[in-house]
Amino acid sequence: MSPQFEIPATSTTKFNLGHQTEFLRSQVKSLSFSYNPKDKVILKNVSLPIFDKKVTALIGPSGCGKTTLLRCFNRMHDLYNEVSYDGEILLYPESKNILSRDVDPMEVRMRIGMVFQKPNPFPKTIYENVAYGLRVRGIKKKSYMDEKIELSLQHAGLWSEVKDRLHAQATSLSGGQQQRLCIARALVTDPEILLLDEPTSALDPISTSHIEELIVELKKDVTILIVTHNLHQAARCSDYTAFMYLGDLIEYGPSNQIFTNPSDKRTENYITGRFG
Amino acid sequence: MSELKAFTSANHPTRRWRRIKDRLIETVLFLAAASSVLVTIGIVYILVSESLPFFSHVSLVEFLTEREWTPMFSDAKFGIRPLIAGTFMATFIAVCVAIPLGTIVSAYLSEYVRPSMREALKPILELLAAVPSVVYGYFALLFVTPLLQKLMPELGGFSVLSAGIVMGIMIIPYVSSLSEDAMRSVPTHLREASAALGSTKFQTTLRVVIPSAFSGITSAYVLGISRALGETMVVAIAAGMQPNLTLDPTEPAATITAFIVQVSLGDLPHGSIGYQSIYVAGLTLLFITLVFNIVGMWIRSRVQEKE
Repeated sequence: MSPQFEIPATSTTKFNLGHQTEFLRSQVKSLSFSYNPKDKVILKNVSLPIFDKKVTALIGPSGCGKTTLLRCFNRMHDLYNEVSYDGEILLYPESKNILSRDVDPMEVRMRIGMVFQKPNPFPKTIYENVAYGLRVRGIKKKSYMDEKIELSLQHAGLWSEVKDRLHAQATSLSGGQQQRLCIARALVTDPEILLLDEPTSALDPISTSHIEELIVELKKDVTILIVTHNLHQAARCSDYTAFMYLGDLIEYGPSNQIFTNPSDKRTENYITGRFG
Repeated sequence: MSELKAFTSANHPTRRWRRIKDRLIETVLFLAAASSVLVTIGIVYILVSESLPFFSHVSLVEFLTEREWTPMFSDAKFGIRPLIAGTFMATFIAVCVAIPLGTIVSAYLSEYVRPSMREALKPILELLAAVPSVVYGYFALLFVTPLLQKLMPELGGFSVLSAGIVMGIMIIPYVSSLSEDAMRSVPTHLREASAALGSTKFQTTLRVVIPSAFSGITSAYVLGISRALGETMVVAIAAGMQPNLTLDPTEPAATITAFIVQVSLGDLPHGSIGYQSIYVAGLTLLFITLVFNIVGMWIRSRVQEKE
């Protein structure tokens, strides 16, 4: 980690990075993780700031732990095992450790949305897919729902394509449309952070560029954390990039610095395609 | 090399033998598959052909409208309605027990229980299906009926209610096992999508897993209903075997199956009207089951269309 990104141990969430000021939305503090105490360690003492309304990209070769790290943010691992997290992920403004045992994973997932690698709409209508997050929060008022659904479909750049068939099955959409529907579904509840787990790896080039434009558009309103194998994508859409390797965070910094002038040899080898 | 070349020629003896063998295997497989179809056709043929003479004695109108079923009496009456009423009533009670409980059990096993626990629980549940139905019959007559009599003192020794409840317990594993398979085959990524939106496990089960598995769950229900319609021993033992045109489950009644087993036990002269009435009753039951299966298929195809 380059020195200027060392996070001072104060309560401030405001950072002067020379050319601009950033605000912390979240912060990973010496996080270590393994699925099972006996298993090998997947994440080793990872620390990383997540700046507000910026896109942070996690890159690295397969098995480096980037998806595991992403899934810590909404406590996805808790669905399967009795996992224990060592370290903290603080969520601002109240600097609450979302990995704490006393925090209900459901509460975390209410605040942090996620879009998965493969488009996974529910076998319901387009409308019901987006409405889902509102319904599980007990919202019933039709006019409010209609408004929110239209807004998030617009945000996801899908409204003009589906406004005449909101009650058609979501599975009748193309892959790229389905993925944008999943983004709309995640946006409808105004998440504070949006997690994107290789959101374009199952899509064709045109749908991919749609999603990339969308990511740049979305960061006006929401903080985005994206895992990607596509280095051009990381370079194009992200403001900050973290390079991970074998569970270690090797290097973190502004994306243009990581991609043009990395300070670690391993980062350089990876982004020039020498391994990974 | 030359041998290999010769082998590629279509007339090479080994190649001919391979073709014949393949044909032979196909024929054997076809015959095996056809046998089950042929047996079904044979059963339907016999039921129909043995039923036809019956309808030369009794008109179809009388069969469907007469309110009594007394083929063994000297003053024989042949109205199927009491038997149909008994069958539907017993099935309805059984389904009221088996569908809610079976669905809850399957949701619990599929969504809530840890895999190790599930592997321990499933065989125990499936044991319910392995208990002989005659044991269930006596369980209904000698345990459930007295228990119900404590709640309802006027309840007689034989009742459709008691038989139906026990039949419901008996078919729980049929419903739950198929439903659980359907729920577990719902892809994990749908559960994760639901969880990521902040839903509780119960919301995920109710709003995502069950609707996604609906087609398979319908199959489970249809199987359960068919099983209840055709069940014999429990109703024959605990429901009283008295054809009774009523919709009051606390009364004794006979189902179609109970009538068949009752009459088959006696010595009926071949070709007599009583003998033929067995076939007619069988044909009626087959028809009812068929209708339920068609309805189930129709619901499933409608759901699949929507997907």
